[in-house]
Amino acid sequence: MPELEGIYTIWLRETKRFIRYRSRILTSVVTPLLWLLIFGTGLGSAVRFGGNLPGGYQAFIYPGIIGQTILFTAIFSGVSVIIDRQYGFLKEILVAPITRPSIIFGKAIGISTAAVIQGIILLLLSFVVGVQMTPIIFLASFLLMIPISVGLAGVGLLIASFTDSMEGFNLIMSFVVLPMFLLSGALFPVTGLPTLLQGAVYLDPLTYGVDALRQIILGYGAIPLYISVTVILVFAAVMVFISALAFNKREQELM
Amino acid sequence: MDYIIETKDITKKYDDFTAVNSVNLKVPRESVYGVLGPNGAGKTTLISMLCTILRPTSGTATVNGYNVEKNAKEVRESIGIVFQSRALDDILTGREHLEMHAALYGVPQKVRQKRIDEVLDLIALGSKADEYVKTYSGGMKRRLEIGRGLVHRPKVLFLDEPTLGLDPQTRENIWEYISKLNKSEDITVLMTTHYMEEADKLCDEVAIMDQGQIIMADSPLNLKRELKADTITIKVDKQDLFINKAKKLDYVKKIYSEDSYIKIMVERGENLIHQLVNFANQNNIMVESIELQHPNLEDVFISYTGTSITEGR
Repeated sequence: MPELEGIYTIWLRETKRFIRYRSRILTSVVTPLLWLLIFGTGLGSAVRFGGNLPGGYQAFIYPGIIGQTILFTAIFSGVSVIIDRQYGFLKEILVAPITRPSIIFGKAIGISTAAVIQGIILLLLSFVVGVQMTPIIFLASFLLMIPISVGLAGVGLLIASFTDSMEGFNLIMSFVVLPMFLLSGALFPVTGLPTLLQGAVYLDPLTYGVDALRQIILGYGAIPLYISVTVILVFAAVMVFISALAFNKREQELM
Repeated sequence: MDYIIETKDITKKYDDFTAVNSVNLKVPRESVYGVLGPNGAGKTTLISMLCTILRPTSGTATVNGYNVEKNAKEVRESIGIVFQSRALDDILTGREHLEMHAALYGVPQKVRQKRIDEVLDLIALGSKADEYVKTYSGGMKRRLEIGRGLVHRPKVLFLDEPTLGLDPQTRENIWEYISKLNKSEDITVLMTTHYMEEADKLCDEVAIMDQGQIIMADSPLNLKRELKADTITIKVDKQDLFINKAKKLDYVKKIYSEDSYIKIMVERGENLIHQLVNFANQNNIMVESIELQHPNLEDVFISYTGTSITEGR
């Protein structure tokens, strides 16, 4: 099974990179904690929300911040293929006798591993915001984080295949990552928004991820769970497929 | 003759710029073959097409009997590549690079460890093999890249400017290493370079490339011989007399004095030293020193392209 081994090899390299950059793991945990503790406490005590939020505002944004962490890690790791390309390492992988879809799939699950590890750390820190964690909630959240991160990794890889240098990084931040985060309902309930904004919210794939996580962890949400899960699974499959197509097509430009 | 790489009118065009213009290349099996030319001559583009990285605009090429377009996978399995630019991951160790490469190229699990150890032995990384690549020197990185290209026992090793940016001592080490490799393994090496000395020392055959075309291909020795321009430098006690007399010899193509030395341009100088010394003796002229210089590839390059390789365009 040379293809399977190729996928495994690419996954292994991605995971080694993640584990060896210790500072990255640290910031990836500290940043969400700052959001939860400072932003969550601050806004939670300053504003009264229309609907009632069981467990308070901090608990409300907790699944949202997990979603945000996965989003940032997955997209930026995907985009980091640009750095691989600048350092020339991508060539070594692209000239190997394995198929492009295997390369993309290996990358995507490698990135997903990094994102899910961060998500798990946050799940273990649920006591900080006073959310109760049970083994079932933990397991269900873990399983859900996998397709969410795979799909977002696909978005990052797709962007990377069309971008030449990290100069486009700020553009990606402003036009992809921040809108996806802000529209996802990570920070506010998505029901009762103005129509235009509401439409945008439902176009954002992360909305379904955050809402599903919220239902699993807190027991309430805006979208039926089965719909969210279906959207997430389809999104993951479609993104991997599209980015594999893009790599196939742009192979020559990438080397 | 058995050729492991053959191209037929292979061409690569970018819009209205032709990077490689109908090149016909024949690389004998188990040779070290050099493509020599200035920057921008199309060497890397040519090699990239042979490595299946770039698709040719027209023409065909076979590597190890496989067509580079139709059997790209088989070609990739037959070749090892060392790119001109670095292709290493700073945060992996040397050994991990080799392990990863072996897995990507489907080296059987049973022999994998043995191959990796062999290669590590060959490239002499020593204890550095288990340290991150970011701690390596330029020469070690290059050796690792060459070693990596060998893990899957390729039939052809492509080296694109293997010693670019290395210090002279490291460069000599790499040269030594490449010739050792070519002798000990049944492997063909196709390398590009713009260092004359490198092509001269390493290659069994050299193709001179300029502006996308192969101008001339032969062994370095023959190429230099073709120039028919050996220089004999001679020092005698009666300089003017010697010049006046020697001018009339039919094998002397050109003679002139340079400070206290006389320079004589001839063909096949090695056969003439003896005659020149005798000639001087007959005329009662004392020869103090005599020296023969063959043209170098730089001279060959200038005579075929009209420009020096280092000038560029």
